[in-house]
Amino acid sequence: MPEQILSAGRMPLKKALAASQRKDKLTAFLMVAPLLAFILITFLMPIVDMLYRSVDNSIVPETLPRTVVAIEEWNPDTTELPSEAVYAALHADIAAASEQRTHTRVGQRLNYENPGISSLFRSAGRKLKTIKAGPYKEAMIAQDKRWGDTDKWRTIQTFSKSFTWGYFVNAFDGRFNNAGGIELRPENERIYMFLMWRTVVMSLTITLMTLLLGFPIAYLLAIVPTRISNLLIILVLLPFWTSLLVRTTSWIALLQQQGVVNDFLVLLGLLSEDGRLVMMYNSTGTMIAMTHILLPFMVLPLYSVMKTISPSYMRAAISLGAHPWRAFWRIYFPNTIPGIGAGGILVFILATGYYITPALVGGNDGVFISNRIAYNISLSLNWGLAAALSVILLALVMVMFIVYDNIVGINNIKVGS
Amino acid sequence: MFQRSAIVASALLGLSVAASAQAETELVVVSWGGAYTASQQNAYHDPYMKTNSDIKIINDDSAGDAVAKLRAMNEAGNVSWDLVDVVAADAIRLCDEGLAEVIDHDDALAPAPNGMSASQDFGDLLVSECFIPQIVYSTVFGYRNDLVPEPMTSVCDVFDLAKFPGKRSLEKRPINNLEWALICDGVDPAGVYDALATDAGVNRALAKLDTIKGSVIWWEAGAQTPQLLADGEVVVGSTYNGRLFALIEEQKQPVSMLWDWQVFDLDGWIVPKGTKNKAEVMEYLRFATDTQRLADQAKYISYGPARKSSAPLIGKHASLGIEMAPHMPTDPNNSKTTLLYNYEFWADNRDDIDVKWNAWLMQ
Repeated sequence: MPEQILSAGRMPLKKALAASQRKDKLTAFLMVAPLLAFILITFLMPIVDMLYRSVDNSIVPETLPRTVVAIEEWNPDTTELPSEAVYAALHADIAAASEQRTHTRVGQRLNYENPGISSLFRSAGRKLKTIKAGPYKEAMIAQDKRWGDTDKWRTIQTFSKSFTWGYFVNAFDGRFNNAGGIELRPENERIYMFLMWRTVVMSLTITLMTLLLGFPIAYLLAIVPTRISNLLIILVLLPFWTSLLVRTTSWIALLQQQGVVNDFLVLLGLLSEDGRLVMMYNSTGTMIAMTHILLPFMVLPLYSVMKTISPSYMRAAISLGAHPWRAFWRIYFPNTIPGIGAGGILVFILATGYYITPALVGGNDGVFISNRIAYNISLSLNWGLAAALSVILLALVMVMFIVYDNIVGINNIKVGS
Repeated sequence: MFQRSAIVASALLGLSVAASAQAETELVVVSWGGAYTASQQNAYHDPYMKTNSDIKIINDDSAGDAVAKLRAMNEAGNVSWDLVDVVAADAIRLCDEGLAEVIDHDDALAPAPNGMSASQDFGDLLVSECFIPQIVYSTVFGYRNDLVPEPMTSVCDVFDLAKFPGKRSLEKRPINNLEWALICDGVDPAGVYDALATDAGVNRALAKLDTIKGSVIWWEAGAQTPQLLADGEVVVGSTYNGRLFALIEEQKQPVSMLWDWQVFDLDGWIVPKGTKNKAEVMEYLRFATDTQRLADQAKYISYGPARKSSAPLIGKHASLGIEMAPHMPTDPNNSKTTLLYNYEFWADNRDDIDVKWNAWLMQ
């Protein structure tokens, strides 16, 4: 057996090294700990919370514990109403819940699936108290004939579990049918998939337009002397520092039918008074305003990458006989791809999440899925559906990311030099 | 040693300063900002703080997303608001969600000067157990009187593109628009909600709106229609009556009111569940919702007071000096044909109809 190498403290060297490395690792970990905690709390936890909310349905079994057990027996395919035991259970549940004032919350929850349940539960909280003893079935139906509607009971049964795919089914424009399966909603109730599609297509278009506009600007910034480029960068950044609302409303003033651009074209005689262009309150308006607002996010990464490309590459190519255009296309352009990737991903991801600008200038064919998420968060309080839509949007962005990684390679991205 | 005692002394001094500052209670009152918050400041907050020097009222302008924020605060277990101004539909929703305190109106609020109890004075405007109404406002049309061939007198003129060509601005939500469409399609106004409860009724309303869809600019913020009217971008548009008052009387734009079938709605207070200053807030509310205070607010903004007993006390506008009563949505000349926002119907059906509405918008 070879003799062990010992450290100064007569410890095996391997152990001593590990001990001192452990200390270093601990110090390093402690140094990044605040940042790690910050990311966990402000970034990962909200995402986990969102994932959880998109399937969480615990409010129903928690508020109506007796009913969800009793109604399991009922066969929803029949036209027959649930048994007296189910009515008695619901009566007891609502009586208990109305003490805590939670019956209205569960009513709201079920109303997302079946309109009318909200007011049914709200009035039940007030009126069911007057029914003191069974049999409850006839008494409840006499009080509100909606208790005799199998459709309402079917909804309660479908959503009696702690977890549900219901929000995702809704987010994919589907619904549960009477047979317990999932079907597509009627045509006049389908919106989410189309909006998702429009969000992606318009975001890609906006990304392409920022690239077409931003590339020459970044190139100019990279080749002029620093003194001038600093001045020009301020021109790029100035709108960046201006409030989003100000920039959006400025576009309204410019592009609306009675706006500056139309007035000017009519003045020049290029347009007739009746032929004023419609450039606002539609997808054109959204596209123009968002391209302008997101342009700096494309220019800055492009500029920082172009700045590092040595001009001697192009000179070398030209001196070897390449046409300037060919030299640009074969030598300069491939070097800018990391910047294009960074700028493109930045603009695309920001564009998919925008909702203020589309809300103001989008009219009815320029709104995004994020506008519906905002509606479900702040107006209808249907956070489960908002979470499901967000999860789908997140998955969509990740798919785009993976596609990009496969085509261009994620390691190629460069935001700075 | 000397240094240390000096530090201790200054720390103690600091503590006593902090203690004396604590005697003052700060109430965070959430409202809509702009001219509306200013009217509350003048009519309620300033007079109350003058007589109660221990209360400091802080305005927060985020009523626009109060419902979502209140739920978030409640889930986080830290409610930092003391009083919130919301529309009645949101008050009902917050009450249902258990996010607002239930109020015993007769116990908490001052009776009318003639001794009538608060619940009688507010009457059927008490649409929720958690809600204390402040004002009656209406969603109503205004039109450019210089861009139309003759004055508009009926809400159905909005649907008449032949007689009144040009763009219109409508709110980008089904509420109000579907009601107006059905009334103008010949449905008995009393039966509007029975019709809307069916798929056929919703389709009928949307078909009527289809006739003007190409000429509509959809608004989402109350300030948009006044701006669109001022720019001449639309000839007629719906918005809140107070916004139109400001446009006509303060900014002197060539705009007139079209009061036909205005839709009344209510705005008022809720006390968020979990507020740390409930006793102070309730005391403030007793003052701020009494007959005189509600009448005072109408001096600064053209919204009608929610108490019946306040109506005779409405005076002149504080800076313009014009009589306010004829500009109130509740004035008999303005309220010949009116709808009241149907809270129960929309609480049940809003999300469902909203999906159909958006599918229709995208066609």
